[in-house]
Amino acid sequence: MEKMIECKNVTFKYDNEEETEVKLALDFVTLDVKKGEFLVILGRNGSGKSTIAKHMNCLLIPTSGKVFVDNLDTSDEKNTWKIRNRAGMVFQNPDNQIVATIVEEDVAFGPENLGVDPLEIRKRVDECLKKVNMYSYKKHAPHLLSGGQKQRVAIAGVLAMKPACIIFDEATAMLDPSGRKEVMKTILDLNKNNNITIVLITHYMEEAVEADRIIVMDEGKVTLTGDPRTIFSNVDMMKKIGLDVPQMTELAYELKNSGLNIKSDILTINEMVDELCQLK
Amino acid sequence: MSIKIENLTYTYMKGTPFEKKALDNVSLKIEEGEFVALIGHTGSGKSTLIQHFNGLLKCDSGKIYIDGEDITIKKMNLNHIRKKVGLVFQYAEYQLFEETVEKDIAFGPRNLGLSDDEINDKVKKAMNIVGLEYEKFKDKSPFELSGGQKRRVAIAGVVAMGPKVLILDEPTAGLDPKGRDDILFQIRELHREFKLTIILVSHSMEDVAKVAGRIIVMDNGKFIIDGKPSQVFKEVDTLESVGLAVPQVTYLVKRLREKGFEISNEVFTIEQAKREILKNLSTKRKES
Repeated sequence: MEKMIECKNVTFKYDNEEETEVKLALDFVTLDVKKGEFLVILGRNGSGKSTIAKHMNCLLIPTSGKVFVDNLDTSDEKNTWKIRNRAGMVFQNPDNQIVATIVEEDVAFGPENLGVDPLEIRKRVDECLKKVNMYSYKKHAPHLLSGGQKQRVAIAGVLAMKPACIIFDEATAMLDPSGRKEVMKTILDLNKNNNITIVLITHYMEEAVEADRIIVMDEGKVTLTGDPRTIFSNVDMMKKIGLDVPQMTELAYELKNSGLNIKSDILTINEMVDELCQLK
Repeated sequence: MSIKIENLTYTYMKGTPFEKKALDNVSLKIEEGEFVALIGHTGSGKSTLIQHFNGLLKCDSGKIYIDGEDITIKKMNLNHIRKKVGLVFQYAEYQLFEETVEKDIAFGPRNLGLSDDEINDKVKKAMNIVGLEYEKFKDKSPFELSGGQKRRVAIAGVVAMGPKVLILDEPTAGLDPKGRDDILFQIRELHREFKLTIILVSHSMEDVAKVAGRIIVMDNGKFIIDGKPSQVFKEVDTLESVGLAVPQVTYLVKRLREKGFEISNEVFTIEQAKREILKNLSTKRKES
């Protein structure tokens, strides 16, 4: 499969004048994101997951090693804007990424800066707001929307630039359960129905279950890679690096340890119900 | 120390087109030593409510009694109330500002006009309570700590004021699973060991299920459910209708009951689910 993003032996050091002993935020990270893939990156705070995400649209440039987005080298300044056209980013705090006072103007901000034709902008804004289910709010003031609604406006703003890939850096962390559900539904829809490559960074294991593939980072390194079922069946390992597994996986693990003959790679409630019904 | 509110009403942006009643004639009593979780979707009025508990917001009408004292009267000495009722805001680590952890935590007690010895004593105790080793962390810059550690420094800053009631607004938001569990554990210790009354504002049903003795659900500026976790989590439909969820294991148990499992519907932690499922399957086996 074609590669959307390719990171080769990437290291990154944050500048810190006071400290003599500089720790690598990224310690020879090699990974790639395939076109159309839904990739989740898990890791503790400070594991380097946001740092690698910021490399994916030129917010950071590797100290050594290379990052390619759609075969474009991020360290070449000429590529910066081409790359940001292809790889959009949505951040954690909805209030930090909304710039305009009217929803539709906010969505238009990106394409306007790219010099897109006004008629085309109008079309894109409407399309993108419909896609995230916020069209009826197009004349609203963003600060009066809920967190989930604001994040969807932010997603529409990224979509309006027609990216091939969107990176979500803990974009659901500040939302309540219904807001998170709305945003996750939107993300899945973009991936499945619009073929947009998704990189999702999250602390919610239930969200990670939806991924095609999961990468686990710890101390600036990639420690595990695999599909959700494989990753989460390592309950002990995940707990050891300070992460978690979905509640159903943990329950299956506990039941198995108590001597019940149950599959250990259960991820969802449905699977658990089926499995228990068989045991009954 | 108890908190009692009577018929509290608060409206944001009164007299503008954006007028919104954030608290709608609510009454509540929280007894000394309780561990209360306040849940509700964004905009349900949780944060507005807790800001009334130490006088940061002044209600339009109604009464608030802290320790039997009415704090809504004019000329109330609010400093005195804020010593008793500590409030840890959402993303509290954004408020850290000092050069060292020790200075940051000492900021509150210093403003109370205490002597250096007293301040030092309070800082040490507070750091101990939140699980930050004094010698190891006191001279560090708060900005070089991890997210979870920063948040603990922020909580210690409030704990150092010696409150009787500690209110925490989303203390685990944005933390990784380990950081989240550590903070929850510390909060539970504050309740158990140091006998603080705790009011925890949260979106996370899994967190709340682990620690709270009482859950109050807010929607549209009103309290819609108030009870023990076992009672509250039974109301799956009501909770979902106001944009909340129950813990995943509670959904599981609901589904299993529909499939004919004879299983208690008061399950909201993994531990309880495990016990119930094992009990259920072993009785089935004996029957057959």
